[in-house]
Amino acid sequence: MTTRTLEMALATPGLDPSGRPARLPLRPKKGSDDEFGAEHMLVNIGPQHPATHGVLRLVLELEGETVKRCIPHVGYLHSGFEKLGEYRHYNQIIPLTDRTDYLSPMANNVCLALAAEKLMGIEITERCQVLRVIACEMSRIISHLVWLGTTGIDLGAFTPFLWSFYQRERIYNLQEAWTGARLTTSLTRIGGMMADVPEGWEAGLREFCRTFPDTLNEVDTMFTRNSIWCGRTQGVGAMTAAEAINYSLSGPMLRASGVAYDVRKDRPYLGYESYDFDVPVGEYGDIYDRYRVRLEEMYQSNRILEQALDRLARLAGAPVNTADHRVILPPKHRAMSDMEAMIHHFKQVMEGVAAPPGEAYLGIENPKGELGYYFVSDGTAKPVRWRIRPPSFINLACLPKLCEGALLSDVIAINASVDIVMGEIDR
Amino acid sequence: MTAESMLVPGVEALRAAFGGAVLRQTVSCGDSIVTVDRDRAHEVLAWLKETPGQEFDYLTDITAVDYRDPERALEVVYQLRSLGRRVDLRIKVPLDKSQPLEVDSVWDLWKGADWLEREVYDLFGVVFKGHPDLRRILMWETYAEGHPLRKDFPLRGNFSRAEQTRQALAANPEAHYSMEELSIADAFDELPDDMKRRLAQGERGEIR
Repeated sequence: MTTRTLEMALATPGLDPSGRPARLPLRPKKGSDDEFGAEHMLVNIGPQHPATHGVLRLVLELEGETVKRCIPHVGYLHSGFEKLGEYRHYNQIIPLTDRTDYLSPMANNVCLALAAEKLMGIEITERCQVLRVIACEMSRIISHLVWLGTTGIDLGAFTPFLWSFYQRERIYNLQEAWTGARLTTSLTRIGGMMADVPEGWEAGLREFCRTFPDTLNEVDTMFTRNSIWCGRTQGVGAMTAAEAINYSLSGPMLRASGVAYDVRKDRPYLGYESYDFDVPVGEYGDIYDRYRVRLEEMYQSNRILEQALDRLARLAGAPVNTADHRVILPPKHRAMSDMEAMIHHFKQVMEGVAAPPGEAYLGIENPKGELGYYFVSDGTAKPVRWRIRPPSFINLACLPKLCEGALLSDVIAINASVDIVMGEIDR
Repeated sequence: MTAESMLVPGVEALRAAFGGAVLRQTVSCGDSIVTVDRDRAHEVLAWLKETPGQEFDYLTDITAVDYRDPERALEVVYQLRSLGRRVDLRIKVPLDKSQPLEVDSVWDLWKGADWLEREVYDLFGVVFKGHPDLRRILMWETYAEGHPLRKDFPLRGNFSRAEQTRQALAANPEAHYSMEELSIADAFDELPDDMKRRLAQGERGEIR
């Protein structure tokens, strides 16, 4: 079968000499040199389509059912968070981070606090570290559960969606009891936390940790050796280790390709080096490996949560916030009764906390990949530049490569396996 | 310990290899930062990626910083990492605002630079020479208000909401669609004649 490869005109936006839009190749007329008379076809998916996991738009050039080219379009959810951050105090940026990767808001809060603390050189207490580890691992579990459920639905499996969203709901209830919100958690503050966990809360998380692996085992039974699941995912959308590094992939996408890089292990923060957990690494870099990596990561997060709960019990009554009330608000009752505390309260609310001139980049292992916040300060209370290193944006950039030569139905599976969240991609 | 001695190993070798192209080297909050000249930036990054002993094989991020001081140069920031050696290095390339904001693309070294450079182009207006597909990525294609993350761009944009609405209502219908959408309509012979005529005359118009 002879095929006609159409000219790629991507680099020359605008009109061709005859004034026709020249960005994409035109559909060849009938009776072209293709012996089956097959035509290249342009298919538009999204931005409003459930299988694109948000407002992602894909323009696909198809030959029969084979994808010749995939052009993603992003930006429909652009909110200018980075620009907004330049007009806010460091603590006021925390609510913005809730809304970037809205499937794991608590982990974003933690990353922002850590980056700002690195910039300002603030030490945090041990109990605060443990609480933040719990926040990060709870976020990892809920984010991966959403991924598991929606990917199952994309591939035609409905039941695991109900199981995973039921478990996710249990974490959301704990999250709500701790932070007062299901999505806009704003859990951390620079130098500490917005709140310690409420009384009796640990028992709820312990009960979750005890029973949650049952659901994972059920999913494992349902998927891992399921012939339909294996057929749809094995060998589809594969990426070699060298390519994964070259495309700057991170998180489960990178590890599924066989690169054992996990920020928690390789540049530990929050004392992760003292927790006992394993980092799953794939072999073939296909959708199946990404599924196996994410499934195993949930077991490992569960392990970390159990260890963190033990430490939390040992640190009962220990202070959560740093003692320096120039950077963190004093308790309200003291601000109302003590002159010095009132001054600290007033200055922080009105002027914010000034960071010394300098710059700091800090990356943490978010469920989607390496989330990094880069601050540049000129010595004032508002950053000159707040950059989000968005893991799903960078992971999604390899989608055209993964989709090339795949079937149209595989595009849905590949897109699901990247695990994107548009709030973070468009920011 | 002085700041110099806390630089990641390898910066001295970089200085030896490139001499005058290395403008500054500093440490801030424990991160090593090397400022290099724009003209040799690509050469330096390629050297860091490929030289044994350096092996900065992973491009973590590309971004830019526009400082509040309007005299100060805009800086393009490359965040590099060596996965094997587990060290990070930040390379900064200052671009004088009195000259065209241009730097060589590193797309040929790291494919991951594709969308990152497009984003910097979109939000800061830095042109990456040699990038295969440099067009706006987060803002829409006909966006003509400027580059939002530059400090001379006001938080609420250059035009009021009323002005934006007025311009959107007054624009040609084809200005509301991207080139992809227009070309899809054209491929299926569904582009109205008046649109075709205006496009042929170069009158697509812009929505700000």
